[in-house]
Amino acid sequence: MKTASSFLELEDGRPLVPVWFEGRELQLPEGSNLAAAMLAAGVGTFRYTPVSGAPRAPFCMMGACFDCLVEVDGVTRQACMLEVTDGLRLSMPRKGRDMTDAEN
Amino acid sequence: MQKTDLAIIGAGPAGMTAAATAAKAGLNVILLDEQPRPGGQIYRDVDRVAPIRGEMLGNDYTDGLTLTAGLDNGNISHIGGAVVWSIEEGIRVLYTADGRGGAIEAKRILIATGALERPMPLPGWTLPGVMTAGAAQILLKQSGVLSKSAVLVGSGPLLYLIAAQMIRAGTPPLALVETQTRADLLRALPHLGGALRGWRYLLKGLTMQSEIRRAGVRRYSSAASISIEGETTAEGIRFTASGKTRRIACDTVLLHHGVVPNTQAARSVDVAHHWDARQHCFVPGLDGWGGTSVETVHIAGDGAGIGGAKAAALAGRLAALKTAADLGAISTIERDTAAKPIRRRIAQELAVRPFLDTAFPPAIEATKPADATIICRCEEITAGDIRRHAGIGCAGPNQAKAFSRAGMGPCQGRYCGLTVSNLLAEANSATMDETGYYRIRPPLKPVTLGELAAMGGSVNSETN
Amino acid sequence: MDSDFAIIGGGVVGLSVAWGLLKRGKRVLVLDGDDGSFRASRGNFGLVWVQSKGIKQPRYAAWSQQSATAWAGFADELADATGHDMSLEQTGGYDLHFSEETLKKTVAQYEELKAKLDGNYPYEVLDRKALLAEEPEIGPKVVGAILHHQDGHVNPLKLLRSLADDVRRLGGQVLSEKTVTDVRKSDVFTITCADGSHVQANKVILSAGLGAMELGPKLGFKAPIRPQRGQVLITEKLPKLINRPSLIARQVDEGGVQIGATNEEVGLNDGVTQSGLSGLASEAVAAYPVLADAQLVRVWGALRILSPDGLPIYQESPEMAGAFLVTCHSGITLAAAHARFLPDWLEGTNAAPDLEVFSEDRFIVS
Repeated sequence: MKTASSFLELEDGRPLVPVWFEGRELQLPEGSNLAAAMLAAGVGTFRYTPVSGAPRAPFCMMGACFDCLVEVDGVTRQACMLEVTDGLRLSMPRKGRDMTDAEN
Repeated sequence: MQKTDLAIIGAGPAGMTAAATAAKAGLNVILLDEQPRPGGQIYRDVDRVAPIRGEMLGNDYTDGLTLTAGLDNGNISHIGGAVVWSIEEGIRVLYTADGRGGAIEAKRILIATGALERPMPLPGWTLPGVMTAGAAQILLKQSGVLSKSAVLVGSGPLLYLIAAQMIRAGTPPLALVETQTRADLLRALPHLGGALRGWRYLLKGLTMQSEIRRAGVRRYSSAASISIEGETTAEGIRFTASGKTRRIACDTVLLHHGVVPNTQAARSVDVAHHWDARQHCFVPGLDGWGGTSVETVHIAGDGAGIGGAKAAALAGRLAALKTAADLGAISTIERDTAAKPIRRRIAQELAVRPFLDTAFPPAIEATKPADATIICRCEEITAGDIRRHAGIGCAGPNQAKAFSRAGMGPCQGRYCGLTVSNLLAEANSATMDETGYYRIRPPLKPVTLGELAAMGGSVNSETN
Repeated sequence: MDSDFAIIGGGVVGLSVAWGLLKRGKRVLVLDGDDGSFRASRGNFGLVWVQSKGIKQPRYAAWSQQSATAWAGFADELADATGHDMSLEQTGGYDLHFSEETLKKTVAQYEELKAKLDGNYPYEVLDRKALLAEEPEIGPKVVGAILHHQDGHVNPLKLLRSLADDVRRLGGQVLSEKTVTDVRKSDVFTITCADGSHVQANKVILSAGLGAMELGPKLGFKAPIRPQRGQVLITEKLPKLINRPSLIARQVDEGGVQIGATNEEVGLNDGVTQSGLSGLASEAVAAYPVLADAQLVRVWGALRILSPDGLPIYQESPEMAGAFLVTCHSGITLAAAHARFLPDWLEGTNAAPDLEVFSEDRFIVS
């Protein structure tokens, strides 16, 4: 996971709220697009594929490609179709996570 | 079940004008969109963003404000965050919103689901850091997020627009690696005369190109043998241009070689499609109003063939006029009178397309990728897999899907369908129409089993 | 090239028979349909299944058992030839029950059948607690299950692909996008296709699934078959949560949970409906509550090929000797039998299995 983001975020004036991804706390602008905010916060890999364990991150940003999948409350969802809410807890989808655990 | 005269799927330019026009004629309209707020991809979140970043994004974006304003009509109910997963019998729209199922029964349905980026399978295109150019635009428009170190790859006016916007935002791209060739431009020249009717577009293109030149952004044309390098994330791009192999280190690679109609919803209700050789994509068969082979279903906007946002907004009005007349809200004379000037403007808007489509064709190495290149991102199937399966009897993509799993993942073939059909057509020496496309079935978007189970009860109680 | 056998239908049934005949050195030609044909081979549930079959006709139960027993060797041989495993698992399967009453009733039927099969019907009844030990995700509404040890499942698409691959490797000639319109017999059979082409063969096997409804009578068969729709769902890929398959759900080798299937008499309509899907989803969630949060990614309808009594039909044409009808709705379970044993019946060797009960004579109304 990258710590420094490859992305620049223009000032939007939204308050930052805490969001957890894989146990790591991120401060993201409330109400903003979740995938965009995660990218801007330096999240480089959103998930590992259930087929080969390859890393993936947002590709289309319009809900069509399903590469930005994250798990919210036990359900796999597209990060690019969600908004940042205070205290949101996210993880990588289980199946892909298992794949990388098995390899490690 | 909610009942309405017209259900519109997609609140982009076509969906918004259709809603406004139909509502004005007195129809009840339900406008559904996956995004919480109207605008579609081109005018994503325009009401909120225009005051903040309107200047940087330009008129192409802020023009959307007039369309969202048109939705302020008591006859329109806009359901944001609604994911349509099934259309039944051409009249029932099933969707989920906030984890609950909803159903609408409509006299007419307008599919205004727009376009998708044409899949651009190149070596390394699944790496984090590789995105579509459209994704970069959405990031910029909706969220004000820009890549600090991006290379734009492919062909088409959208690349210039994004480059110009990035320059205005103070983070120009590192380079434009363009795949179109001089021969493409020569082929396009005969269309230039016709394109002059759309001179505003040509002028805008030239202005953007000079903006890019002034910013000192490097441009390479006729690029080939493109691959994205990196182990766990994109680290650079390698290609050949002017006889030299080049490598540019970057964090982000933005791919684009045109957009294609998003045909998922239309195909799911068995609307007939055919191959458009000039636009290199499948398009639905339509009458002059957006009417399809399914009587109750119309299509407007880029989902009907790529024409851009302005043409989409006009087509939405045509489809709404037709629907209003069909349902008796206006007379056919009123319909035809109102349609006349709209058709003239559509012709003007489309005048530039033959030139653009010919000058910026898809990159061949991405429509017929090398064997080792992944073409189905979800199931990680390669072009070689598809070619091998053609050799054991796959005449069409549905047998190839069964044999290879290409198209079985959550994206349901959106980013591999055209490639698979292309590969099979080539391997079997068949036309695209002979080869065909995936059969699209529900769910158009995934739905949880819990959501689905919960719908059973409500539907039964409705039908009893 | 002259063929010993022309097989009309390139699905699992036709290709299994083709493969078996090729293994015996026969020259085989397969005529396959097009990309959009009704293909039960692409839409089936993937069970290699014994329990509940042949309750009224023990010979069918035995035939299914014979095939299930031959499956492992058949799968190994195909895997060796193609280099592709088919993910066959034969560690038993469940009939899940939501009421003690249906469980008891089914057990009574199985006991009766078991007696007719000389005791070869290895099943056990798992109460809720025993079932939970095997399947920790089972839901509170499930009272128990019948675990039949001869049951299992396979990846049916990998089977179809392996057969399509190996039939060609063995020298079988497969012609795609052929719609057979007519079959005539003089010295040899002449088969006419819609595109105007003809092929000739010494014998003909009609294994065209629902295509036999129209073609069967032309070859002198009754072919009293009908379509019955089954809707099937499959989820996103999930971590392992179901160990053994059941008639309600199975977890496929790629990770998705497959849920099925409806039984609908809707003619040649292979569409899906919200009500059908919701019904299946409810049942699956009742069986495995954890599935409520799973995303459904694909759904399809497929048409079973059913005879009036649900059993296969194996029949030589009374009007055209050398023409055979082979049709069933359990092409996956019976694939091994069709590959290994049916060729003996087609050739009339001493080793031919007794398939008398599966002839069309049973449909004669006296």
